[in-house]
Amino acid sequence: MTEEETAAPEADAARDALVATLTEALGDNLVASEVKAGVDLWVRVTSQAWVETAQVLRNQCGMKYFNFLSVIDWLPSPFGRDMDAQVDQPDPVEPGEMTWGITGGQTRFQMLARLHDPVNHVGINIKADLDDDQPTIDSWITVYPGANWHEREAAEMFGVHFTGHPNLTKLYLPGAFEGNPMRKDFPLLARRVKPWPGLVDVEPLPGEDDDETEAS
Amino acid sequence: MNKATDTQQLAYIAGQAADARVNLEIETEGMTLNIGPQHPATHGTLRIIVKLDGEQVIAAEPMMGYMHRGYEKLTEVRTYPQVTALINRIDWLGSFANEVPFIQAAENLMEVEAPPRAQWIRTALFEMSRIANVVLFLGDMGVQLGAVTPVFFAFRDREFILNQIEAVTGGRFHPNFNRIGGLKDDLPKGWIEETRGVLGRIQNFCDEIETLVAGNEIFQARTRGIGIIPADMGLAYGLSGANIRSSGVDWDIRRDGGIGLVHNELDWKVWTHPDGDSYARFWVRLQEVRESCIMIEQILDGIPAGPVMAKVPRIIKVPAGESYVETENPLGVMGYYIVSQGDLTPFRVKIRSASFNNVSITPWLLKGVYVPDVVSILASLYFILGDIDR
Repeated sequence: MTEEETAAPEADAARDALVATLTEALGDNLVASEVKAGVDLWVRVTSQAWVETAQVLRNQCGMKYFNFLSVIDWLPSPFGRDMDAQVDQPDPVEPGEMTWGITGGQTRFQMLARLHDPVNHVGINIKADLDDDQPTIDSWITVYPGANWHEREAAEMFGVHFTGHPNLTKLYLPGAFEGNPMRKDFPLLARRVKPWPGLVDVEPLPGEDDDETEAS
Repeated sequence: MNKATDTQQLAYIAGQAADARVNLEIETEGMTLNIGPQHPATHGTLRIIVKLDGEQVIAAEPMMGYMHRGYEKLTEVRTYPQVTALINRIDWLGSFANEVPFIQAAENLMEVEAPPRAQWIRTALFEMSRIANVVLFLGDMGVQLGAVTPVFFAFRDREFILNQIEAVTGGRFHPNFNRIGGLKDDLPKGWIEETRGVLGRIQNFCDEIETLVAGNEIFQARTRGIGIIPADMGLAYGLSGANIRSSGVDWDIRRDGGIGLVHNELDWKVWTHPDGDSYARFWVRLQEVRESCIMIEQILDGIPAGPVMAKVPRIIKVPAGESYVETENPLGVMGYYIVSQGDLTPFRVKIRSASFNNVSITPWLLKGVYVPDVVSILASLYFILGDIDR
């Protein structure tokens, strides 16, 4: 054990207290939590407890401020998005293994929302796993009316259904648009029809192989 | 049980408040009015469909997407240094400020820290982009309400600030000047002295606007008591920046956030206003421009010597992890949630832009107001379409 590892981790009373409150209120529905002392806080809850989490945070923890709500698609891109590729691979390959981020995960789609306490200045990131085939979750509108547009955006971009949303129509996309563009398996057409121009006229850095400059 | 009643109560009161503004008893056959997509009050292409009953709005629904450029998707195929060129264009009037939270989030993940001199120059340019942005609002708000002169003053004086930004970064609107680990270049020679002169002009401009616009009787009649946002509603909708501070919420990430820039080493003040109406939003922004001038003056005196770039690898690979950084941008809170999986490109970037939340309150806020007030309220909320649609 090195010194760094044995040193006691920096305490963060405010964020630890938040986790304690959530543990008490949600019980088993709080799946995981991670505190980065002095930086940020992440929790993962079950999708059944999604609305309850918001209610507890708003009414017991002073999280009056609704920051944002979105979705993460953890599927690795089947198009091999790599800066070395001239164009995206024309045929999708079998996507690799999914690796989840902070607080882990089990499913492809994960909710990501953030709330903030404007008095004590503590923020919290909330995640929840969604069903792979039929991603559905309850709407937050009854708790935070500001979630309205965020949920509409998440619905059209990721195909997540929000139960109880009064007007789950498209926000940005035209009405007849098909597909969910922010899903990783939705191709970015501009990359497939034309080479990325940033690679064509790239200037060689000093010390790099400068064959191209000599030839021209 | 109490918890549920609490939120229901809020929703109920909000609904009642909005309904009370509409006189249902003498409701007549309505009319639908289309505002936009091209309208001077919208700073871009926002289209609002309002249903009218006589002179009163009974429903308003913004239609967005005319400027949706899909930046969240595009960031997934750009390397980290390339992303700044994209996100410059989110809030195009204060573009330097757009880059800062993204760069800081990436720096957090890489555990790189920009050297002190870079931090100070960043803060100076951050506040200058706020001036460039909000000065235009101060002039433009007059135009919305029929006073044509102030906007010419605004364009005239904003030019001096843009010149100073251009002198450092080489770009008037899209500086693309931040690098992970610092800044592209140091300040040019003589810049500090020139900037002092420019700040004097901006302060004069603020005095001018205060008497010309804020002190104008017609302006006050059209903005005082119009479009009142209670603090609770504002917070639940995620309003930020001057829009929430003018409802009496004393919250500014520059002072309270504790991340990155050097605002906490400066002597300045967060302005709030208790009224929450259109006038308060105008007034708070006016004071913020003055406060920015005060900050920049202190920065010019205090910039430490040293390098402007930390040691970073030539090819930037960001270690796997997640980081969220938000800053107090000219339009409000702007944040980036970066998910990295250790590649050259981000795995997912969630862009939390200020105007998107700020505008989402309009269906509630516009209900029951009179048609001329729609323009005053929209102008005072101050959004930029690139910042809504991303």
